[in-house]
Amino acid sequence: MAVIFQKTKALTDVKLHYCPGCAHGIVHRLVAEVLVEMDEDKNAIAAVPVGCAVFANKYFNFDAIQCAHGRAPATATGIKRVHPDKLVITYQGDGDLASIGTAEIVHAAARGEKISTVFINNGIYGMTGGQMAPTTLPGMKATTAKAGRDPKINGNPIRISEMLATLDGPAYIERVSVSTPAQVTQAKKAIKKAFEIQKQGLGFTFVEVVSTCPTNWGLTPVKAMEFVREKMIPYYPLGVYKDITAGEGK
Amino acid sequence: MAKVLMKGNEAVGKAAIEAGCRYFFGYPITPQSEVPEYLSSELPKVGGVFVQAESEVAAINMVYGAAGAGARVLTSSSSPGIALKQEGIGYISNAGLPAVIINMMRGGPGLGTIQPGQADYNMAVKGGANGDYHDIVLAPASVQEAVDMVMEAFDLADFYGTPVLILADGLIGQMMEPVEFNYVCKKELPPKTWALTGKGDGEKHMVENLVIEAAECEAWNKRNFEKYAKIEANEQAWEDYLMDDAEYAFVSYGTSSRIVRTAIGYLREAGFKVGMIRPKTLWPFPVKAFDKWDKNIKKYMDVEMSMGQMVQDVAYACNDKNKIEFYGRTGGIVPAVDEIVEFGKKVMGGDK
Repeated sequence: MAVIFQKTKALTDVKLHYCPGCAHGIVHRLVAEVLVEMDEDKNAIAAVPVGCAVFANKYFNFDAIQCAHGRAPATATGIKRVHPDKLVITYQGDGDLASIGTAEIVHAAARGEKISTVFINNGIYGMTGGQMAPTTLPGMKATTAKAGRDPKINGNPIRISEMLATLDGPAYIERVSVSTPAQVTQAKKAIKKAFEIQKQGLGFTFVEVVSTCPTNWGLTPVKAMEFVREKMIPYYPLGVYKDITAGEGK
Repeated sequence: MAKVLMKGNEAVGKAAIEAGCRYFFGYPITPQSEVPEYLSSELPKVGGVFVQAESEVAAINMVYGAAGAGARVLTSSSSPGIALKQEGIGYISNAGLPAVIINMMRGGPGLGTIQPGQADYNMAVKGGANGDYHDIVLAPASVQEAVDMVMEAFDLADFYGTPVLILADGLIGQMMEPVEFNYVCKKELPPKTWALTGKGDGEKHMVENLVIEAAECEAWNKRNFEKYAKIEANEQAWEDYLMDDAEYAFVSYGTSSRIVRTAIGYLREAGFKVGMIRPKTLWPFPVKAFDKWDKNIKKYMDVEMSMGQMVQDVAYACNDKNKIEFYGRTGGIVPAVDEIVEFGKKVMGGDK
């Protein structure tokens, strides 16, 4: 019998602990599928974060290291400098990357470190239970901003892709989402392009994925995907923010 | 190799290269900035990599990655910078990865001063990060010993799977002494089959730090402590200086031990039977030295450039807190020989 679909071999059989409707499962699969399509799962080394994806090393069927909170880009730098021929990936959430780890991501990008970062932006701290993230939208409720984020009190969200695109080090930056099948297809293309540019040694590559957290948003999985399209994407517009292979960035 | 005159900070950089280290990640701070300056020009000549990190925090996490990738890797800093690195040192220790970390201590706490100090003893020896762990801590008293210890540190790190800290101070970093690079490894080092190299056609490698089940986390800790017990049994090192007939013993390490050594000369001339136990490993603390000499010794005289951070370990080692007298200067002050001679005479019963 012909097999028309099967699970990618770059994921293990360990049961995912993610909540229903969480985007991590989709993005894990995209990363794994791209590595297999590129025949790079044998060469890949992932630096995984503190946050909901802390166990990604158990799900990825390739080498991985569990990093200190926010430090994955630094740890990945150490790995890449030792093994410049390997495909080195960081996989990070918004608390990890856009709050406690801003220095590490900005400087890895500025150095043009030849690593690829997959950034999951769902505007909330998931693992610790729904606290305000640097990317929480104005008005969005969190356990540390119970009436909703008030920029006068809680400060403003950070648009990381736009910020990193001002630097000379990155070769490719794109913001994608996975709230529709078409977006999933585009997200996979972006991840593949990021990894290919790393293999070509052209510089730092970054894919931001506007994602969900149904549990801490207090929404059903379907409503959470709608929230991404109606509220998150207008604040975090999808698109290519930098691509040196296209001649010039957007 | 013939002796060459080198500044301590440059000599430890060269020692790392001689030991096969090809990766350095660090951040500038006085009084150790010549270490990154030297390695920024010397490592590329041997195919190595120097990265000036954006912070001490990033530097130690780069070390974590490079160590996980199987490389011999070095970072260096001075006291406030080492304080910043503690989180990463804890992660590297927990993961059981080899790395070498040099601390050219200055006076503290906080921003403190840029003059030499020894007040990071507790941070290094008692553990400055969270959780139950130890790192091997080596304390050189000369530029030559710093060279030998840096080279040995890479072997100890690889042999046991642990960070090794070199606890020196700004004086050793800044002064010039003749050195040679003759250290030879005496240990058979295990292959790094666990290293992150890509899985190739084999099993994937994982460097893990989160052990979420409490029973597994406890078992993980106990495995680490089996390793620490071996280190305590095998790696205690110290120098006995004029101990054979000594009735009184100074206990001092690093720069302060150099001044004590001179003071002992004057005290011997004055008729005092006094020597020195000089710890070369601060963890494991050389308890065996005290087992060896304790029956002869009336008083231990602990001299440090701190407010007495080593005293508790001396008390534990000799099992008698009343047998210890302490003299220290801190905040960047290096004690003078006269002060130590006076302290010694006071403890040993005045002029003879």
